[in-house]
Parts: sequence; C-alpha cells; structure tokens
Amino acid sequence: MSVAPSTVEGWPMQGVTFDELWRTLTLQAGHNAAIVVLGATLLGVAGGVVGSFIVLRKRALLGDALSHAALPGIAGAFIAATLLGVQGRSLGVLLPGAAVGCVAGVLAVQAIVRWTRLRDDAAIAAVLSVFFGAGVVLLSVIQSMPTGDQGGLASFIYGQTAAMNARDAMLIGVAALGSIAAAALLFKEFRLACFDREFAAVQGWPVGAIDLAMTALLVVVTVIGLQAVGLLLIVALLIVPAAAARFWTERLRVMVPLSGALGGLSAYAGSCISALLTNAPAGAIIVLTAGAIFAAGMLFAPSRGVVAAVLRLASLRVRIAVDHALRAAHERAEGTGTPPPGRGIALALRVGGLARIADDRVELTPRGEERARRVVRAHRLWEQYLIEYADAAPSHVDVSADEVEHALPPALIAELEDALRRRWLRVTKGAPASPHTLGGEHQGGAT
Amino acid sequence: MTPSVHEFLSLDLPPMLAGTLAALCCGLLGNFLVLRRLSLMGDAVAHSVLPGIVVAFLVAGTRASLPMFIGAAASGLVAAALIEVVRRYGRVETGAAMGVVFTVLFALGVLLIERAAARHVDLDADCVLHGQLETLFWFPPEGSTEFWRLSTLAALPRQVWALVLATCVTIVFVAAFFKELRLAAFDPALASSLGVGAGLMHYALMAMVAAAAVASFEAVGSILVIAMFVCPAATARLLTDRLLPQIIVSAVAAVLSGVGGYVLASFGPEWIGMSNAVNAAGMMTVVSGLLLVAAALFGPRHGLLARWRRQARLARSIAHEDMLGLLYRAEELRGPGTAVAPADIRRAIDAGGATRRALRAARRAGEIVHAPEGVRLADAGRTRARSLVRSHRLWETYLVNVMGLRPDHVHATAMDLEHMTDAAMATRLAERSGEGHDPHDRPIPPV
Repeated sequence: MSVAPSTVEGWPMQGVTFDELWRTLTLQAGHNAAIVVLGATLLGVAGGVVGSFIVLRKRALLGDALSHAALPGIAGAFIAATLLGVQGRSLGVLLPGAAVGCVAGVLAVQAIVRWTRLRDDAAIAAVLSVFFGAGVVLLSVIQSMPTGDQGGLASFIYGQTAAMNARDAMLIGVAALGSIAAAALLFKEFRLACFDREFAAVQGWPVGAIDLAMTALLVVVTVIGLQAVGLLLIVALLIVPAAAARFWTERLRVMVPLSGALGGLSAYAGSCISALLTNAPAGAIIVLTAGAIFAAGMLFAPSRGVVAAVLRLASLRVRIAVDHALRAAHERAEGTGTPPPGRGIALALRVGGLARIADDRVELTPRGEERARRVVRAHRLWEQYLIEYADAAPSHVDVSADEVEHALPPALIAELEDALRRRWLRVTKGAPASPHTLGGEHQGGAT
Repeated sequence: MTPSVHEFLSLDLPPMLAGTLAALCCGLLGNFLVLRRLSLMGDAVAHSVLPGIVVAFLVAGTRASLPMFIGAAASGLVAAALIEVVRRYGRVETGAAMGVVFTVLFALGVLLIERAAARHVDLDADCVLHGQLETLFWFPPEGSTEFWRLSTLAALPRQVWALVLATCVTIVFVAAFFKELRLAAFDPALASSLGVGAGLMHYALMAMVAAAAVASFEAVGSILVIAMFVCPAATARLLTDRLLPQIIVSAVAAVLSGVGGYVLASFGPEWIGMSNAVNAAGMMTVVSGLLLVAAALFGPRHGLLARWRRQARLARSIAHEDMLGLLYRAEELRGPGTAVAPADIRRAIDAGGATRRALRAARRAGEIVHAPEGVRLADAGRTRARSLVRSHRLWETYLVNVMGLRPDHVHATAMDLEHMTDAAMATRLAERSGEGHDPHDRPIPPV
C-alpha cells in the first residue's frame, strides 16, 4: 500500500512534503541542489567573517554603496559582451563587470570624502543612488537591444539561488573559502585596523594597505553574493550576522567565527527554503533569517541583551529599595524613624533573611543588622566627604548619598575613611553620626 | 494646439512633472539631512516603506493613494523607531543599526511582493525600485480654450496631484520652520536651550521625509527618492556657504535633474541613433549625479579646479617672493647689482613651473631686470625683497629669543611665516625680539 506523502499545512509551506524538506536540508535532493546550498552556506560564512571586521571598522554602509554600484558594472559587461558577440549571461562575464562597478563605487566614495567638503554619509548615499540609477538606465537599454534578454539579470538584483547551476555554486564556494582563509591569515592586522588605527600606524603597520585588503575582501564577498542574495540585500549578509554576534561576546576571536556561523546558518536556511518554494527569493529569506537571529541575540544575549539588561535594572532597583528599608529600620533603632516599607520590599526583606516583619514593625535579623550598618556607614561617610571636600551644605548631601551609598565598594570606603582621617575627623568603627536631622519632614529629632 | 504639442502634453508632461516635483520636494528636505549627516536616513526610510506599501495593497486590494500612503508612512515610522531601539537598547553603532533595520524590512517587503505577485499581477518589485514614470498619461482636450478648466487639470494622474500636494506642504514646512530647522541643523544644543526642541524638530523632519518619500515613491521609485534626498543638497552645499542660498540652489539642481533627466531619457537615445527611450527615473538620478560631479569640479570656492588654481597661485607668489629673497641675499654676499642665472634660481627654489611663472611676473612688475649673466634686482624689487628678508630674520630672532628654539631649527619655519607677515606684524615682532642681528649673525635690514 502506498502512503500519500504528508504535506506541511499552512500558507508558506503549502505543497512541500516533509520528505522534500528533509532531503533538501540534508543535501540529498540531487547533486545540483546540494552544491547550490553548500555554495550559499559558504558565502554566508564568508559574509559573516568579513562583515565582522567591516562593522567594527564602522564601514557597514560602505558595503551598501559598493553593492549597488555593481549594477552598472553588470549591465555594462552584459552590453559589452553582447556587442562583441559573446554570450553575456555567464558569470565569467558578469562577475568581473560587477567587480569593476564595486571598485568604481568605492573609489567614488573615497574621492568625494577626500576632495570635497561632503561627509561620508552624503558620499555613500549619493554614490549608491547615482550608480544604481545608471544601472537602471543600462538595463532599459538592454531591454531595447535586438538580442536583449535582461531576464537573467534580475536575479542579480533580488537574488535567486534557483538560477544558479553547480558550476556557479562551485565558483562561489571556492571564492568564499578563499576570502575566509584570507581573513583568517590577516586576523591580527584587521584587528589592529578595527580597534586602534593610530596605534597600528605608530607601530609601523601599513594601515592603508590593511584597509585596502579589507575593502578587497568586501568586494569579493559582495560580487560572489550577488547571484544568491542579490545586490539590494547582500549588505545584510555583511552587517546583520556581525551585529548579532556582537551581542554574545566581547572578544574578537569569538565574534568572528560566531558571526561566520550565524551567517552560514542564515544562508543555509534561506537557500533551502528558497529552493523548495516558488516565489520565495533567496536573498529575502536569508536576510529575514539573519534578522530573526539578530533579534534573538538583541533580546536574550546574556550580558548585552535587552532582557538581561531589564532584569539587571530590576534587581538593582530591588537592592536599592532593600538598602533604603534597612537604613530606615536602622535609623529608627537610633531613635528616629521612617514609615515601614511597602509590601514588595517587605517580602524581599523576608526572603533575603534580613528582617522579620510583624504588625508593621520591622525587626532586623543579625544579618540584616549587619548589612544595614554597612549601608548607613557608607551613606554617612559619603555625606561627611561631601561636606568636607566638596563644600556641600549639610542639608544638600542626603540625596547624593542616597544614590552613591549602594555603589561604594569596600576599597573606596577605606579610601574615604583615610581622606576623612587626614582632615582630623574621628572615624569610628560603626556608622558616624548623621550630619543633619533624620527623617525628613515627617519626623524631626536630632541624633 | 499642434499635434506635436498635444503629444508632448499628454505623453511627456505628466512624467516630467512628476519626476521634477518629486525631485523638488525630496531635494528641499535633503538640505537638512545632508547638514545633519543624516543622508542615509533617506536611504533607510525609502527602503523601509516597501513592506508597508505591500501590506496596504494586500489589505485594501487597490493601488489607491490613501491606503498606500498610510501603509508607507506607518512602516517609515516603524523603521525610524526600530533604528532608534536597536541603536539605544542594542548598543549597535548607528550605521550598522540602520543597515540591520532597513535591509530586514526591505527583505520582508520583497518577500511579500513575490508572494503576492503570484496572485496580483499588477504589483512587482521592479516598479517600486524604478518607478513607473512611463505609465503616467494625461489627455487634455485639443482646444486651447478648455485647456485651463479645472476639470482638465483634475484629469492629471493622481500621482502628479499627490506630488503637487507634497511639494506644497514641504515648501510651507521649510518656510515656516526655517529658523528652527536651521538652529537644529547647526547647533542642536543651542536650539534646545532656546526652547526650540531639537528632538521635536528631528521627528518632524523625519515625518516629512517619510511623507515625501511615500508621495514620490509610486511615481518615481525608491532609487530616485534616495538620490534626490542627497544629490541636489550636496550639490548646493558645494556651491554655497549660507543656508538660504543653499536651499535655492538645491531647488534649481532638483528641477534641472528632473527636466534634464527626462529630456535625456526620452529624446537622448534618438540623438545617438537608438530607437527606444531609456528609463527616465534612472536618467534623472544620473543627471543629479552629474550635477554633483560638476559642482565638485567647477564650484567657484570649494570646487577642485578652483582649489587647485588657488594653490597654484599661492605657489607662484611664494616662489616669486623666494626668488626676490634669493637675489637680495646674493647682493648681500657679493655686492649690489649681483646677477644670478635663471637656471640657478630654478635649482635653488625648486618649485617647478611656478618658478618660471614667477620670473615672468617679476620681470613684468619691474622688480627684476635682465643682465648679461642672468637677472638682478631693480629698485622696486630690492625694496620688496628687503622687507621679506627683514620678516624672515625677525621671525628667526623671535623663534630663538622668545620661543626658545635652537638657532639651527628656525630657518624652515621662518621660510613659511615670512610670506604671511605684513608690516604691522613685522613691527610687533621687532618690538618683542629687537632689531640688529638674527641668530645667524646676519643683519636684519631696517625698514
């Protein structure tokens, strides 16, 4: 009995069988498809690796100008080849044309920045749009040529892995491997150029040549990415994985391979999906996958992520509130007092084992007492310091000390004590007396 | 009305008008983007409105202006907000943040278009990029009497009317908030302290940019929009130094690009013997780029040629003065009337062609005369040379006596400064460091 293939339900994947999906993902959907997916994945890795340096060098959008500038190169090469009677629609003709366009674009940006008073943002935007406009004009020329068939050229704008054959994919894969290897070899030089150009120049490194090598790799990745991702979106393959990898690590040695892996993953997923579906341009899917990875990193990365930052902020708020409650309890024990803490803080106090709360009375545990003394001591030391050294009025120091008391490390407290001793002030083991009345307007009473 | 005029009015006027109005309204706003180094914001917004347009089309089911406008404006604002979120909360550098956001949104738009294009034939990504100027027609009545009727004008394509509206709103916006925009562009801190609200102006400007991009988008495509946000303003920036003239020049450049680009696109190919018109929006972009190049080369103050000419003139006048100084020093060594061979002068001054021109200029001014064995100083030249050598030796004395430099380190500096020293300066130098002899024991010539 033959079983009908189960299909994935839902809009985007309609009509794709699990079997097809699995075979594409595991590179078993035929020799050609496998090589195309492999080539695109290598391209993604190369984009991520080279892109890390480009992003750190703050040249992310130069890549955008450069990729748009490829269009007149491609169209010009096509026209020239057709006029010479050569088949225009082959990578051997179009990729050199694209490279010429890219290089011309970079040179134009650099010429504008160097020789006019315009800034790099205006230079990039002008070059990007004018070169692309020229490309559009050339495309319309191709369309009206007698042998004109610009159909194939559209895949260079939006990217279409389906238009790639195994030979193209091999070429792309080999070039991608080459640029990954070059980036690995030049790792130290690129790191210097990204983080401390002046230092590198003083040390005698050829900074200009290093930048040139980086730009050359950028051109290579852009040119080989045109067919798979398209010239409008290839810049995303350079920027997005690198920016995503940056969320997870502070170290370049980790960031570069991670960025390569994320780029490879995006390209792999994008080219598989695009191969399965009609009307799913690979470039768009690759970029959206990379965008999802970026969003995940931005939200959930452990130290730079938004969620982690929110949690850190919240826990800091709780700690400060607990400190304030403890200080209030301590000061009440000294004879003055403030109202009891709110319910949330009371809970935090109880959970932390710092206080027992019964009938609106806060009873500090020994641990709570210890920490309260520390906070009060930091608070009053800082107040003393402000009065003695910053000539602040005693009535003005409480608010500042409220903020600083939580952030004073033991070493700084020791330094404060030293500074105050030098002014012949008596620094006791416990908390010094408060320089002003406690309890604000609610309850007076000198200490 | 002759048939050819009628043909022009119905076939050529609407696209020319649409392109020119789009150029004008984007070009005016572009002034503030270029000044605030936000040129790429136009790029980002123009890319990001794509998904909004597609979603609006899918929801409303028509290409009516209002839903498109709402959709595009919404996604433009989402893009601006997302860029800010990624920049601030993700701590990603501005360029990379823009790159991430606009490529992802654009990819989303491309994917939506490709999915939708299967069902709706009249929406494709190409017309969003290149615009569809060529599809704008108008059928005015043949008679000239009914021509100016409201109903005739109302039959202009709605894209043209949308652009008329957008241009008027832009002009009113720029005129009404000129002072505030200028302050926010040049000195945001001062603007804030004067209560203008630089932040508010920023968002107002961004909203206007999004609106202008949207209004232009459908008719002329995103590439022309990006070009017009930067090229006319950049052209004007190279030609003027004040904001109001800059705005006027940018408007002229925008109109020139629109009209010139259309004329070149539709009539240019015939002039060189090609049969079909080329893409008009692309050609307008190219013309705006050519205007920018022309301004960079031929601008009266900041143009490359003007700067080169100024440098050449300065080099000649320095060579001229150095030559007079050389002749004066020769007279000091060998007595009055000493002649020096022109070849020796050229070798000593080493300023290339500038020396030859300087010799000619000095002869014409009567400062030197020809003798059998070379040139020697005339009386006019001797007076000028004396004051130069005086400046030189005063500077050397000043640098040694007052600034404490070593005597063998001051000659080169004095060579530079002597050309920029007027009589008043020389008097002050003499007051500070005294007359008499310079550090090399040569006499300082009296006035």
